[in-house]
Amino acid sequence: MSFVKSQKPNSLYISNEKIRFRKIAWYVSLIIGSFIMLLPFLWMISTSFKLEDDIFSIPIKWFPDKITLDNFKRAFEVVPILKYMSNTLFIAVGKIFGEVFISAMAAYGFSRFKFRGRNFLFMVLLATMMLPYEVTMIPTFIVWSNLGLTDNYTPLILPAYFGAASFIFFLRMYFETFPASYEEAAIIDGANYLQIFRKIFLPLSKPALITIALWAFMGTWNDLLGQLIYINSTEKLTIQLGLASFSSMTGEVFWGPLMAASLLALLPIIALLLYAQKYFVEGVKMTGVKG
Amino acid sequence: MRKQSAGFLFILPWLIGLVLFTLAPMIAAVYISLTDWTIVGEANFIGFDNYTHLFQSEEFYKSLWVTVRYALLAIPLIIATSLAISVMLDKGHKGVGIFRVVYYMPAIVSGVAVAIVFKWILDPNFGLINSILTFFNIKGPDWLYDPDWVLPSYLIMAVWGAGGSILTYLAALKDIPQDLYGAAMIDGAGTLQKVRFITVPMMTPIIFYNLIIGIIGAFRKFTDAYVLGGAGKEGNFIMVYLYEQAFNHYNMGYATALAWVLFAIILTLTIIVNATKKYWVHT
Repeated sequence: MSFVKSQKPNSLYISNEKIRFRKIAWYVSLIIGSFIMLLPFLWMISTSFKLEDDIFSIPIKWFPDKITLDNFKRAFEVVPILKYMSNTLFIAVGKIFGEVFISAMAAYGFSRFKFRGRNFLFMVLLATMMLPYEVTMIPTFIVWSNLGLTDNYTPLILPAYFGAASFIFFLRMYFETFPASYEEAAIIDGANYLQIFRKIFLPLSKPALITIALWAFMGTWNDLLGQLIYINSTEKLTIQLGLASFSSMTGEVFWGPLMAASLLALLPIIALLLYAQKYFVEGVKMTGVKG
Repeated sequence: MRKQSAGFLFILPWLIGLVLFTLAPMIAAVYISLTDWTIVGEANFIGFDNYTHLFQSEEFYKSLWVTVRYALLAIPLIIATSLAISVMLDKGHKGVGIFRVVYYMPAIVSGVAVAIVFKWILDPNFGLINSILTFFNIKGPDWLYDPDWVLPSYLIMAVWGAGGSILTYLAALKDIPQDLYGAAMIDGAGTLQKVRFITVPMMTPIIFYNLIIGIIGAFRKFTDAYVLGGAGKEGNFIMVYLYEQAFNHYNMGYATALAWVLFAIILTLTIIVNATKKYWVHT
């Protein structure tokens, strides 16, 4: 009589309702999480468009009665944000070419040639990825300062023209996936190694090069310590330095303009992430971190 | 032969840079750490005085303790959070791409702007968190202005930015053979058991990698701490202390000695963690 009832539920079988319930739970929890992740951004945006009275109102007015651009105007009056952004941009653009091109060259050398000491040098390269930046920072600063090149972008840009260990490591892995037949055919056609590098390797590794160019850009845009050490004059400040000094000189009351300035500083990075999302994802997949 | 020299030429710029910007400064750093150099004036050789002063300095122990305490709490929190997010995001329901960007975004926007936004969020009177707490009739703490609440303030920021490693976890999750889950299901394992006995063990290599990165990151934490500070010097992370010694007080010798000690700490921790690898990392 109770045959059907007593049948144990098969553990392999999941009912449609259960699937639907799990899917809803998945969406609900991810949406709540997303809201928490986005909350600081929303708070920043909301503050930067609010009148001062609304900024300091309790309870929070997420949508103020009146939207104002005053905060942006005042931020621009206090700090030349666009000037600072273009200073950072200048450093970033100056660095990227060197970091990408020289790193690619070294990666090509490490991946496609057998020369004496190659493996040893590659071990050294790996060791410098764990490099004690704090150890070299002070001696390097002293040298630049003796050369009279502090308060100058040279110490921030020039080292990029000797490549970056992590980029070399990344590109070497990428180059090693290319079959040897690529070069063999080119050599038969009479191409030299530089031509092979420029005409075959660089064009074929465009996605990887774009990825490291993005990393190089983000690194420069978000760097504070390096720029803090070398740059002093007001007109040479970068966006990070400008924001830091804006924040320390205005104290607590200036939240509107501070949020407006922060928003402007973050916009290029957020735009870049949305626009070039696949390169960030690809980059991590490439480094692959094989366990 | 030709092939040999050509390869060497391609790595030559990097090699020159290695000598100029790594090896030479490292050798110089050994010497500078043994002097009383303050940029202006002569550098006098003072032996290991900088190191002895360092190990007697209360400020050093304070900043070391601030940093270690942060590392001990923040790293497990970050790993647990990002692992949980990754397991969720691994499911391929519609819209997963958008979620991935949303969770990844806080990690990519770092720097001073984010620190300033958090300073405002944590404002004791009108900040986001305390305003919300007031709404529920709870009197929020003074966060960065109360020595006891500085560490929690930094932990909140750390967890918010935890998404940085989700891409690496997601890539690793894709590599877990699906039949393991099938087999577990036949044995009657529930979701939590599957995570506990399959996902986590299979993810240990990548957890290990992120643990190392996390340790290095904690000991080199600078930007947030420089901008936010914290009452009672509770936000004086070791890198901030180093920066102040070198570039505010110009104690170049002392700061370089500190840099070596910091490097030794990071190296020792890495070696220790590496030695534990065989006990918990799945191969």
